[in-house]
Parts: sequence; C-alpha cells; structure tokens
Amino acid sequence: MSDTHFQPRSKHVILDVLFRNTTKLFAFLVFATLFGILITLLVASLPALKAFGFGFFTSDAWNPVTVQFGALVPIYGTIVTSFLAMLLGIPVSFGIALFITELAPVWLKRPLGIAIELLAGIPSIIYGMWGLFVFAPWFADNLEPWINDNMGNWPVVGQFFQGPPMGIGMLTASFILAIMVIPFISSVMRDVFEIVPPLLKESAYGLGATTWEVVWNVVLPYTKVGVVGGIMLGLGRALGETMAVTFVIGNAHELSMSLLMPGNTISSALANEFTEAVGDVYTSSLITLGMVLFVITFIVLALAKLLLLQLASKEGKQS
Amino acid sequence: MIAPGQLRYLRRRVVNAVILSVSLLTVAFALFFLAWILWTLLSNGLGHITLNVFTQMTPPPGSKGGLLNAIAGSLFMVIMATLIGTPVGILAGTYLAEFGRTGWLAPTTRFINDILLSAPSIVIGLFVYEIMVRRVGHFSGWAGAFALGLIVLPVVVRTTENMLHLVPNTLREAAAALGAPQWKIVVMVSYRAARAGMLTGVLLAVARISGETAPLLFTALNNQFWSNDLNGPMASLAVIIFQFAMSPYEDWHHLAWAGALLITLFVLGLNILARSLFKKGSA
Repeated sequence: MSDTHFQPRSKHVILDVLFRNTTKLFAFLVFATLFGILITLLVASLPALKAFGFGFFTSDAWNPVTVQFGALVPIYGTIVTSFLAMLLGIPVSFGIALFITELAPVWLKRPLGIAIELLAGIPSIIYGMWGLFVFAPWFADNLEPWINDNMGNWPVVGQFFQGPPMGIGMLTASFILAIMVIPFISSVMRDVFEIVPPLLKESAYGLGATTWEVVWNVVLPYTKVGVVGGIMLGLGRALGETMAVTFVIGNAHELSMSLLMPGNTISSALANEFTEAVGDVYTSSLITLGMVLFVITFIVLALAKLLLLQLASKEGKQS
Repeated sequence: MIAPGQLRYLRRRVVNAVILSVSLLTVAFALFFLAWILWTLLSNGLGHITLNVFTQMTPPPGSKGGLLNAIAGSLFMVIMATLIGTPVGILAGTYLAEFGRTGWLAPTTRFINDILLSAPSIVIGLFVYEIMVRRVGHFSGWAGAFALGLIVLPVVVRTTENMLHLVPNTLREAAAALGAPQWKIVVMVSYRAARAGMLTGVLLAVARISGETAPLLFTALNNQFWSNDLNGPMASLAVIIFQFAMSPYEDWHHLAWAGALLITLFVLGLNILARSLFKKGSA
C-alpha cells in the first residue's frame, strides 16, 4: 500500500475527520456555554448565599448601607409583571393567530405577519423610551384614574388597583411587556395552527361548523401542546426582559400590594444597580438574582421546547 | 315563530361573528401600538437628526453635540461580535445538520441552543462580566463584543441548521457519487445551496444585537469620548440612549430620540432586507 496512488484519498480521509471533529467541537462549545453560565453565576453568588443562607430568597430587605439583601421583592415583581403580561398577551396573540390563519385573505397574510413581527424587531430600549415618555403619562392621565375609581373598590382584589396614578409602576410595565410578547406567542400559534391537517378542518366545516367552532373544537385540541409551548416561550421572554421594564417600573425595593406602585424586577434591579454596587456581598447578591432569573427562564423555556417537540413528533407520525 | 333549531343556529352564527370581530380587533390593537411607537419615534426623532449627530461627540449636559462616538462604538462592537459569533455558529450548525444523526451531542445541543436563543440577555452580560471584566479589572469594548457575540451565536446556529436541512439530500448524494469527500460536499454543495438562508440568519443576528442594551451595561459600560481602543470602556448607541433618556436634561433627550430613531430604522431595515433576501433565495 505504499504506492502514491492512494495518497490523495487518505488526505481526504484526514480532512474529513478533521472537519467533522471541528464542527463537533464547536457544537460542544454551544453545549458547554449554558453550563459555563450556570457554574459561573453559581460561584459568583456564593458570597451572598454564605452571608444570608436560604433566607436570601424569602427576605424583602434591600439595604446597601447595612448590607442586608433579600430577593423577595424583585422575584415577586418579576413573576407578577410577567403573569399580568400573559393575561393580556395570550388572548390578543390568540386573536391575531386566529385572524391570520383562518380569516385574512391570502394576499393580506404575509404583510400582516411581517407587520406583527416588526413588533418583535423593535429593540426593547425603544419600548422603554416610548413607555417612559409617551405611554406612562397617557396611562396616568387616562386609564389609572379609571382603574382607581372602578376597580379599586372590588372585594379582595381591590387593593391591587388602589394607588396614586403616577404612570410609573408594575401595571405599566406589565402592559408594555404584553405588547412585547405578542409577536412571539402569536407567531408560534400561527405556525402550529398551520400544521393542522386541512382534512380535519374541512370535515368539520362539511358538518356545518362555524369558523369559531372549527377553531375551538378542532384546531385548538389538535395543537394545544404547541399553543402552551408558545405561551411558555413568551413567558420566558417576559421574565427576562430588561430595558423596557427598567424604564417604567420605578426601581423601588418595596413590597406593595398595589399594582400602580413602583416596584422592581430581577432584570431591572440588575440594570439599575449592578455597575454602582459596592462591595462583594452587594455585587454577589445581584448576581444571585441573575442566577435565579436564569434558572427560572431555563425551566420555562425547557418546558416550552419539550411541548413543541412533542407536537412536532405527533406531526411526524401523522404524515 | 322561530323554531328552537333556528334559534340555536342563530346563536352559533352570532357567537361566531362576535369572536371573529374580536380577533380583528386584536390585530388592530397590535398594529395600533406598532404605529404609535413608530409615530412617536418619527415625530420626536426626525427633527433632531442633523449633521451634528454624525460628526460630533456626545456632549456634556447643556451643550451641543452629536452621537458620533456612540455610533462608532456600536459599529465596532457589532462587527466584532458578528465576526466572533458567526464562524462558531456556522460550524456548530453544520455539525447539527450534517453530522449529528447519531449520538447524544446533537439533540442535546439543539435543545440547549434553543434555550440560549431566548435566554435573558442581561444574564449574558453578568456572565461576561464575571469571566472577562472582573478578571481584567476594567470594562472593555472586547467584553461588550464578546457578550453580543454570545447572542449572535444561537441565532446563527439555528438558521444554519434549518437552512442546511432544506438542502435536498439528492444534491449531497450526487456529489458523493462523484467521489467528493464529505468536507467538500458540505463546503462546496451544502453551503452553496444554503447561502442565502445562512446570510439571512447573520443579518437577523446583527439586527438583534444592534439594539441590545442590557448585555453592554456591565461589559462595555459607556464612554463620553471617542475611543477606538477595544480594551477600554466603549460607548454604544443603545447605552447612550439609556443614559440620555433617563437623564433630566432636555437636549440629552433630543439626542436620545435621534439615536432611537436611527437604531430602529437600522434594525427594522435589516429585518426587512433579511426577509426579502430569504424569499429570493428560497424561490
């Protein structure tokens, strides 16, 4: 086998192995990034966890002077704003997906889809500026007094809606978050609605069902896993959204029942305070917040992905 | 007299009509906010885009100036981030699409990549702060570029993989039948066929990082002056907008609106360009 005839071939074999392993190495790099982030954040949050123990997660203290920190207020703010954003974002996204897939004439589908997706293209800092200078004042003048008067006296939940109409606060942040997640959720919903076999829908129409009945009784049951996946994806976005929230939430480390009061989220606390944090424990407390955010979004996004994969495999089996 | 059956039919028709009208309203709702935001940007920003914006440095409060150092800083970091993220992303995406049929690495990486795609960008900033800024002891343009690169990466991985999957297998088989080695098949056949789509991915990634603020706050920080030293703190359009908009000074607000309009036009323009490119490439 020493003749030179085979040499070019063996050169290619080496190149092949080299090429494949290079791509494999970079794929591994992507894989390792996630664990790199987790481990780095965990190590950096040790000083805070050592100082406060598990109590860090249940304490509402946040005092740089006495070096007392707790994660309760930002975690509460993150969850409440995201939850409210979902409350508004999900039905609107569903309506948009319904309109584009079932109602819009063919020539309108594409431009409408692009317009909605442009909402996702607008940088979050622009939402923040618009929120601070335009939306918050409008909200304070027009909607918040109404909310005070009409919802503030509801039993039990009334206390959520009482407060000064300042425009800056958790409710404003939630509203802007809702607009920001709409393109993400509605685009996933559109995608999954379109995989429903036309045969199923046509059968229902043939039996005399209305468009709404087809969507509610055929399309939704068929795609519910994917719809939930899309919702989780939007939730993951809302939880981690930073700049838009930072502009309008008011950065107050106080636990208040009222949604009209300023509050804080994990990401806005980080954006506002991180570069000004003095001392190891302060910095480390903020990084611990970041780690909590990363773990929460990781779980939510992983669930979203698993649900969407489940729907994709179902689709594979049918075809 | 209306028969009960007819009544039920009428009710179903009404419910249908009401819900479909509401769905039309939700579309109007979303478009209304898109228009409102764009209108705000145009009416506040257009009047403040002057030649000064492109030729002068960011001013101290109360005096005239522009955004030149911020625009340059953004350009520097976006270009570096794209140069860092794109090759890594393309190679990783190639593995997922071309070689990853067996083994655990490809499915796991695909899963993790999709999570990185939506991971909060501020956490990426924290990560880069820990591994770069804290080690070196100072904020730097490199750290900013690296953080943005980490955001480019999953976008490119995802689109590269998707686009390579669209390449018909018959093309690869034809090349293989001619005796081409695997690396040649990938580089000269698959990449060529998927070129437009892969470029779309890169453009979308650039659009995404151009407006990113959160990961730059703790990495590149900010700089009021001209700087072409990637080793020191560096201004970026997004961070300057954040700083100026949050300030109480009127003329800083004006510059922030001008910058906001510039960024938005750039990002939306890239988005539309990427889409039209892909449409052409796939046709």
